[in-house]
Amino acid sequence: MPSTLPATTESFLSELNQGRFLIQKCNHCQSHLFYPRNFCIHCSKDALSWIEPLGTGVVYSTTTVRRKPEAGGDYDVSIIELDEGVRLMSQVLGLDPHEVKIGMRVQLSVVPDPSGQQKVVFHPLGADHVQ
Amino acid sequence: MFNDNLRAQVSIVGVGTAGCGEAPGFSELELLAQATRLALEDAGLTLRDIDGLCTANLNNAMWPLNVVEYLGLRPTFVEGTNIGGASFIAHQKPAMLALLSGQCNAVLVCYGSNQRTSKFGRRERAQARNLLDPNVFDDPYHPFDPPSSYALMAARHMHQFGTTRRHLAEVALAARRWAQLNPEAFQRGPLDMETILGARMISDPFTQYDCCQVTDGAGAYILTRSDRARDLKQTPVHILSNETAVWHKGVASMRDLTITPAAESGPKAFKAAQLTPKDIDVVQIYDAFSINTILALEDLGFCKKGEGGPFVEDGAIGPGGKLPVNTNGGGLSCVHPNMYGAFATIEAVRQLRGHAGERQVKGARTALINGNGGVSASSQSTSILGVPDTLH
Repeated sequence: MPSTLPATTESFLSELNQGRFLIQKCNHCQSHLFYPRNFCIHCSKDALSWIEPLGTGVVYSTTTVRRKPEAGGDYDVSIIELDEGVRLMSQVLGLDPHEVKIGMRVQLSVVPDPSGQQKVVFHPLGADHVQ
Repeated sequence: MFNDNLRAQVSIVGVGTAGCGEAPGFSELELLAQATRLALEDAGLTLRDIDGLCTANLNNAMWPLNVVEYLGLRPTFVEGTNIGGASFIAHQKPAMLALLSGQCNAVLVCYGSNQRTSKFGRRERAQARNLLDPNVFDDPYHPFDPPSSYALMAARHMHQFGTTRRHLAEVALAARRWAQLNPEAFQRGPLDMETILGARMISDPFTQYDCCQVTDGAGAYILTRSDRARDLKQTPVHILSNETAVWHKGVASMRDLTITPAAESGPKAFKAAQLTPKDIDVVQIYDAFSINTILALEDLGFCKKGEGGPFVEDGAIGPGGKLPVNTNGGGLSCVHPNMYGAFATIEAVRQLRGHAGERQVKGARTALINGNGGVSASSQSTSILGVPDTLH
């Protein structure tokens, strides 16, 4: 990981690599934030805390990136809206990428990435989370 | 306020394009310089007259310096803001302010790219940009960008409003039909609905036909105060307004994937121009992807939000349709050398001068240009142009 990342990002990644996906909440205006900032972009106050989100959300939009089977095949890229209201780019696993639909309820999990880092992915809510 | 009195005070007096399509062996600066020479010749000016420069590119951190040195300029006004491909439209307002304040007298807006044929390949450039500007929140998911980000916007638009792949295809078909009338266009071959709908997906719902061309090309145009423009070679094309809005960088940070910053820049541009969408004769929209045209038509007020799909049905924006859009063939079929804003501007000027040959929109007196920038319609810049007649 480049060493030039902002300290807030480093904190986020350090937690993520220990299996905890955190977002921020402003103690002043109560807004939730993702991705992490070093002060609240809604009220400008320096009053952000890390919180663990509920971990549930909904697929806000989705695309299947087409890739040759020998390169690993098609994969999902989705934007997930967490129940806290923030959105992030992620991937829905546990079903054919073509079956991922907008509006689908999903549950967060933290899994290893081939890069050696951990990353956040989502599975359909209620589905068996074993990959 | 000074800002309220810009209408028609500045004009586009010269335009030039060079190397559109494939221009093997030329550097970006060489292509840019060719387009600049043609724009100067078109205006009846020389490099000695140029004392203002607007330019940007994707590969050089201090690109205005490269251009200043190559062209031997000594500008008193330099604008190097880079908000993506909309930049060369967004440059207009600062240039207008500089011209009207007397900071300079003739501004060159210019861009050149050899992205298609350069030996230093697109893959290496993309890797270099990612290295310099990492996104640790998106990169682990490998969006195939820019297509994937715009595909996510298109998918959401389809979900909310019932927009279909056929609607997206109508945009690509209209662009191709215009391109077939434009000798400068890169893709002029036959294309039909079935070919588009049957094409291989790249990032759903997009096939290659929903994505802009990857071409070389350079575009340049020159601005002066309108009082001076009257004495130059060409009929001046007045800038009635230019407004820019910038809302985000990445697609996950958009508040609503179906609304672009053109919803801010468009209404402001119409207000400043004292015109409405129904007054516009010809429209140039930066169509990086088919969905861009639909989103912009909605955000600019040519139709209601969500009705862009039905609006483009039945060839409505193609030759002979109810609203001529992207009459050069757009980024989808004419030219797209990474950043397209200058080319949309130049096509609007050619239409308003009556210089557009077979694709000429008869009697065009007003034009709207809408620039798009970034990987998810992050910036939008809208200008409304007119000819001296428009003011009466």
